[in-house]
Amino acid sequence: MEHVVKSGAPVGQRPRPTKNYLNETTGIWSWMTTLDHKRIGIMYLCGVLTAFFIGGMFALLVRLSLLTPTHKIFGRVLMDAEQYNRAFSLHGIVMVFLFIIPAIPGSLTNFVLPLMIGAKDVAFPRLNLASFYLWCLGLLMALTSIAMGPVDTGWTFYTPYSTTTTGAVPMAAMAAFVLGFSSIFTGLNFIATVHKLRMPGMGWFDMPLFVWGMYSTAVIQVLATPVIGITLVLMVLERVFGIGIFDARMGGDPVLFQHFFWFYSHPAVYIMILPGMAIISELMPTFSKKTIFGYRAIAYSSVSLALVSFIVWGHHMFVAGQSQLANVVFSALTFLVAIPSGVKVFNWLTTMYKGNVSLETPMLYALTFMITFGIGGLTGIPLATLATDVHLTDTYFVVAHFHYVMMGGTVIAFLGGLHYWWPKMTGRMYSETWGRVSAVLVFVGFNTTFLTQFILGSRGMPRRYYNYLDQFQPLHMYSTFGSWILALGFFIMAAYLLASLRKPADAPDNPWGGTTMEWETSSPPIAHNFEEQPVLEHEPYDYRHRVTV
Amino acid sequence: MNWGVQWMLPAAGSDFARYSDTIYAGLFWLCMAMFAGIAIATVYFPLRYRFKAGRVTPHQTHNTQLEVIWSVAPLILCVVIFFIGLKGYLSYAVAPANSMEIQVTAKQWLWQFEYPDGSRTINDLHLPIGKNAHFVMTSDDVLHDFFVPDMRVKMDIVPGRYTEVWFNPTVLGKHVFTCAEYCGKGHSDMHGVLTVENDAEFANFLETGGTEWEDYFSGKDPTKTPEVWGKLQWERKGCNSCHNLDGTRSKGPSWKGIWGKMEKLNNGTTVLVDEAYVRESMMQPQAKVVEGFEPIMPTFQGLLKPKEIDGLVAFIKSLQ
Repeated sequence: MEHVVKSGAPVGQRPRPTKNYLNETTGIWSWMTTLDHKRIGIMYLCGVLTAFFIGGMFALLVRLSLLTPTHKIFGRVLMDAEQYNRAFSLHGIVMVFLFIIPAIPGSLTNFVLPLMIGAKDVAFPRLNLASFYLWCLGLLMALTSIAMGPVDTGWTFYTPYSTTTTGAVPMAAMAAFVLGFSSIFTGLNFIATVHKLRMPGMGWFDMPLFVWGMYSTAVIQVLATPVIGITLVLMVLERVFGIGIFDARMGGDPVLFQHFFWFYSHPAVYIMILPGMAIISELMPTFSKKTIFGYRAIAYSSVSLALVSFIVWGHHMFVAGQSQLANVVFSALTFLVAIPSGVKVFNWLTTMYKGNVSLETPMLYALTFMITFGIGGLTGIPLATLATDVHLTDTYFVVAHFHYVMMGGTVIAFLGGLHYWWPKMTGRMYSETWGRVSAVLVFVGFNTTFLTQFILGSRGMPRRYYNYLDQFQPLHMYSTFGSWILALGFFIMAAYLLASLRKPADAPDNPWGGTTMEWETSSPPIAHNFEEQPVLEHEPYDYRHRVTV
Repeated sequence: MNWGVQWMLPAAGSDFARYSDTIYAGLFWLCMAMFAGIAIATVYFPLRYRFKAGRVTPHQTHNTQLEVIWSVAPLILCVVIFFIGLKGYLSYAVAPANSMEIQVTAKQWLWQFEYPDGSRTINDLHLPIGKNAHFVMTSDDVLHDFFVPDMRVKMDIVPGRYTEVWFNPTVLGKHVFTCAEYCGKGHSDMHGVLTVENDAEFANFLETGGTEWEDYFSGKDPTKTPEVWGKLQWERKGCNSCHNLDGTRSKGPSWKGIWGKMEKLNNGTTVLVDEAYVRESMMQPQAKVVEGFEPIMPTFQGLLKPKEIDGLVAFIKSLQ
């Protein structure tokens, strides 16, 4: 292969190959039938970002509507109660099932995991493509359900409301069912890939921590997701054929639905957050130019979070009518979650100690994560504590808590990872200045939006409320202002990321001084990832032999 | 006690609320301290060790002692917090034996309360101060949740089963209660007012049979008339098990067309069915039994409140 040296390539930059995975083959058909994990990752990225945009629009609508108790914007009522209920339901369904669960596994992990372990592709490339098409089908079904009559059940589909309300509930539930299979395929693929395709010399404890995190995630995806599939099918059977499973009038039990639902949906929280943690474990050593502190502790904590995630679902149901004994047991088990989460945070922070810390955009997101995930984790304590949870559950306190974990944790880490691997994926550097501006806006906007909601919840503002008491108006107002700052940050981000694509490839192979294998190949990588089969030469995050320039 | 967190919480209206607030305050400051630790490290390390070209970083891979400390110390803390939370929860979970029991029926989108003496209210809850109030709740349709922010209690209401919650109101005046489990279009309007009052006021409230009847006698809503109220009593108080409305014979005389009729009694005399006779029949049913019927009707003395009798009279009158 002929190598062309481009002028302006950074010092130490190898010649850039002319052919890479983006231009090896061309045409829409070559993308639609691709088996390349990198292309599938890019298609997934486009997909989940579209879903994030749709879900974000619903969020902005909900916040705008809550700006005043009358829901009037410029003298007109923005949404009535039914429209409001649909908007927050669609926000939840789109964000959970179409964005946050597939976001990091489908896009970033698909792209970098095989590179990180020195593999040519994932273990089952066709299954990988099938996963993406199932995601597309899920999106289509979700959009169809909106056209047929938007659901107003919330993303939780609690019975018997979901089996009696109007709206295309079966279609929306089946969309989630299909998306579940998409998630299972991805997880299955990663498990097989990690087991079978590690490069020569790479033992389990030579894997980057990102791989450990994604492996733990994949185990949950495969084991937990079938439960939500079965549950949603049962719910649809009850609704369509009148088979009594959850409806008390037909001899069913509504609380049973909640058990089934959270038996998946609590582990699903870790399908969301573990990939975020996995990214942070990469960003911290790279931008501290120092080996990760407590490698094994972080690796084991990922696995133990995956295991503990299966035995704490009942903490969503402390006031739902399950037995008092169950409440006590689930409360005790829930506190276990705090230990591995704390271990991770302490190790990440210690990694910076005596490091050489640079504050490029990805690192700003990693630091944001420490703050926002810290708040998200700590506010879990009063929710796990029975005596205070009784007051706080089902209020805005819970809404704020899970947004701090899901958005302040997963989405912030996703953005960090996106900025971290953007040069690798596209071959382009984005504007660092605008990157930092946007990161600061996201930080300020996010905290303004959700910090206020802890206070709203503590003061007794229940969630999923269209009308609220006048006394809550100022805090709702600040929260809505925050959502605008947040939106501004995201629009700036979209602008500079898209702008970076318009210029010629300028990204060095290793712009951040990373030590994992994806930085050893070209940016963007060639279609087969590496020129020849790589062999592990040093443990991950080993900065002893590197001089930073 | 709630050291410096009052501004985040509604006024505490019960013993449990005060207990819960103390834990809340303790956890708040504990979390703040831990957060300060995280935030300081997050800000300080990047500043103290900010990037310098050529700086060599130490190769610190791990420190087992540290790992043990920051695993075990939080674990101990968590165990302590769990037991504190458990202690408070146990007092919330089981209602004392001497509680006043109130039946709650939630439906889209209103609350019905029934007191031990049969008094009923809708969206309007009255409780005597300092008495344990024990709520036994069920739903007519979907899930609801009885949430009284000032009392710091909340409990889901599930169709097809009974759930319970209790508290001891300690602050006189008005408190809000509201639905905290999503139940559709009217979810956010499904709230009402809890009035905590002294014993005399509460006794007076019960005397008049609650406040539900007020709607039916105010004339504001054409669908709510004294006759409709009376028909409700016919169903609720069990009149319908012996007195039907279609003119056929049952255990007792049908009410159809009975008003203004001269009824023959089993002692051979006759009586005009008027207000006086109807009232007497509810209070002393054995006094004048219609010919051909067994003297089986129980007395409703004390079971029917004045406005309920008024409603029944109006209802019977309307059945011409």
